[in-house]
Amino acid sequence: MDFAFTEEQELLRRAARELMDDRYPLDRVIGVADAAEGFPRDEWSAIAEVGWTGIAVPESDGGAGLGSLDELIVVEELGRALYPGPFLGCVVMALPILQAAGASELVANVVSGERVATVAWAGEDGRFDVDPAPKLSWDGERLSGTRLFVPGLGESDLLVVVGATPEGTAAWAVDRGSRGVAWRELPTVDRTRRMGEVVLQDAPAAMLRIEGDRVLSAVRDRALAALAAEAVGAGSRAIDLALDHARTRQQFGRPIGAFQAVSHQLAQAFAEVETARSLVYWAGWAVSQNAPEASVAAAAARVRAGEAAAFACERAIQVHGGIGFTWEHPLHRFYKRVLAIGAFLGSADELRARVAASILD
Amino acid sequence: MSGPRRGFRVLLAGARGAARSRGYPSTVDFRDSEAEAAFRSRLSRWLADNIPERWGTAAWVEPQGEERLGFYRGWSRKLYDAGFIGLTWPKRYGGHEAPVSFQAILLEELARVEAPEHLGVIGMGMAGPTILAHGTEEQKDRFLRNILTGEEVWCQGFSEPDAGSDLASLRTRAVADGDDWVVTGQKVWSSFAHVADRCILVARSEDTGRKHEGLTYFLMDMHAPGVETRPLRQMTGDAEFNEIFMDGVRIPGDMVVGEPGQGWMVAITTLMNERANLGFALTARLDVATRKLIALARSTPRDGGVASDDPLVRDRVASLWIDLQGLRFTNYRAFSSFLKTGAPGPEGSVAKLFWSETNQRLTKTALDVEGTFALLDGGSDRAVADGYWQHAELRSRGNSIEGGTSEILRNIIAERVLSLPKSR
Repeated sequence: MDFAFTEEQELLRRAARELMDDRYPLDRVIGVADAAEGFPRDEWSAIAEVGWTGIAVPESDGGAGLGSLDELIVVEELGRALYPGPFLGCVVMALPILQAAGASELVANVVSGERVATVAWAGEDGRFDVDPAPKLSWDGERLSGTRLFVPGLGESDLLVVVGATPEGTAAWAVDRGSRGVAWRELPTVDRTRRMGEVVLQDAPAAMLRIEGDRVLSAVRDRALAALAAEAVGAGSRAIDLALDHARTRQQFGRPIGAFQAVSHQLAQAFAEVETARSLVYWAGWAVSQNAPEASVAAAAARVRAGEAAAFACERAIQVHGGIGFTWEHPLHRFYKRVLAIGAFLGSADELRARVAASILD
Repeated sequence: MSGPRRGFRVLLAGARGAARSRGYPSTVDFRDSEAEAAFRSRLSRWLADNIPERWGTAAWVEPQGEERLGFYRGWSRKLYDAGFIGLTWPKRYGGHEAPVSFQAILLEELARVEAPEHLGVIGMGMAGPTILAHGTEEQKDRFLRNILTGEEVWCQGFSEPDAGSDLASLRTRAVADGDDWVVTGQKVWSSFAHVADRCILVARSEDTGRKHEGLTYFLMDMHAPGVETRPLRQMTGDAEFNEIFMDGVRIPGDMVVGEPGQGWMVAITTLMNERANLGFALTARLDVATRKLIALARSTPRDGGVASDDPLVRDRVASLWIDLQGLRFTNYRAFSSFLKTGAPGPEGSVAKLFWSETNQRLTKTALDVEGTFALLDGGSDRAVADGYWQHAELRSRGNSIEGGTSEILRNIIAERVLSLPKSR
């Protein structure tokens, strides 16, 4: 047993934070969130250039050759920064499916940053089911169906469409620019990760040869762990903002952090987020090892991290008082991201039901 | 931009190199190593062979009076002789200098089988680590091994009727008399005091006007004239704790730990160790309680099925199970940072805070699962599990008070971890 990160991993974390601080300070993130066009596509190449697009891809495929636990360290920092680019849909979700399918050219294109991919998975009921996945119709050449909650759709040019046909669960590669593909952005509350809807009507598609259920459930677990890591990053940052405020804001002649009614809220939030962080590392480890507990660990981490981070944001808003409730203060950006994390790939109730099935049935 | 960007590339290459040399990209590993697995299986075999027959069953008859102490002393010695006690302590004092993970395994396995308790709970968790950190060579030679063997039982004399959370305001007095000290006062909430041979005692030896100064940390002989203990009955009806009364008790000068007047700093070592050690043992116990809750939910009839079919019950149990895992891995992280820094960190306070709330929620859930039968205490054939959960729920109310109240723990986190201004 060992539960400490290596020195290299700590360096990786520090470097990721520095890069985010340098490139995506909060005012920049807010600028992207409020811009009509969203995340500038040309900034993605910077992410590819530092090697993040292929952090867990083998060197032979042009990646950095690290593991999904290393990826998780970076993702936690992305969450802390509220990084507004399409990392989750592209690197965490679409890329592993392309890899599993042995689509080496597409993998290389994504790793190099030339193409941005995303996953089109949820059907019109909003569910990300694995077995069976939401229905699609496929005639051997053309694909039809509707997909909702496609993360980073506006920045992506390659869609990895997931779905079930009578032959089973499968995935397809579709160019977003093809005929038969109509898409629009959906008005998500969290503007730091936009999502869209895509309608395929006899769109030309290339079927990806994957063992559908197994690959999708692995991708789902990996994404749940990543969402949990993001939540922990965002929650920690919200606590840090509140701490700065509590140390400096004076009322009744003292910094408000000296009042236990204030400090204890933050201590509690810290305890919750730290406990969730432990689950995130467990889930990250289990996912990276394809351990039997990966599924339940990822669900547990997403549940607890989502709740803890929402609690942290709520306490941070409360501790800030009136200013924390304003549009100009950045806290609502964190809160909205965290709420979005809690609604993506399954609600907390659904995920707890998954955990319950594993321990009670 | 080019600076960090280039730096990152170099870093990835470095991490990759390190990963290759280890054969795996990370040392974070939640599995037992080969040595750990071997230790765990040796331990669990030993426990299966050596736990007294009928222990933990309804047929078990707890020995009474002197025999009771003898039983636990014998069990403690047996554990020690088998090589399971003092795992992380120096060999010269009877320890094994094994990695901290072995201690974690020990606590997990003991809790898993609900083994009888080693008598050295206070000795191993509080007195020993404090003596190791601040004691003289003579004190280490004199006391440490006997803690491990169970030969000498320790208790703690910190809290007083008027000094609970505000420990430094304690009023027990120590007056120098030649080479000795003469101690008079009262302590409270002391587990094991009724059977203890020694007590880690903090008393006021000087009034400087500043309450954290002028405290002295003693190793008091519980058999010395002037020491009296009285059991304290708690809301469960049990008496786990005692009051200690000291009336002119003489303590030799070489039984002071650290410098006279510097006892506060020594006491902090004790308290940090208490939380670091407790964390693991309590989590292991919570694990057992969670399994019992799962068994209860699966076996309690409800609406023609069982309680574990009920989505509300399922949701609560899943939530508790998730919290338990969070606690478990927080402890692991705390142990890893303990390994790095050599001193217990504030994670212990986080874990203790979280644990007490989780255990309280768990026992309450169990009562809800029982339904109307939650009314019944043990001692009736109508009672569920002989009143186990009724007792457990009441006992759990103490969890957020003992070993540092939740309010004090939040103060510690706020001030020492989060660097918020002091509230006092």
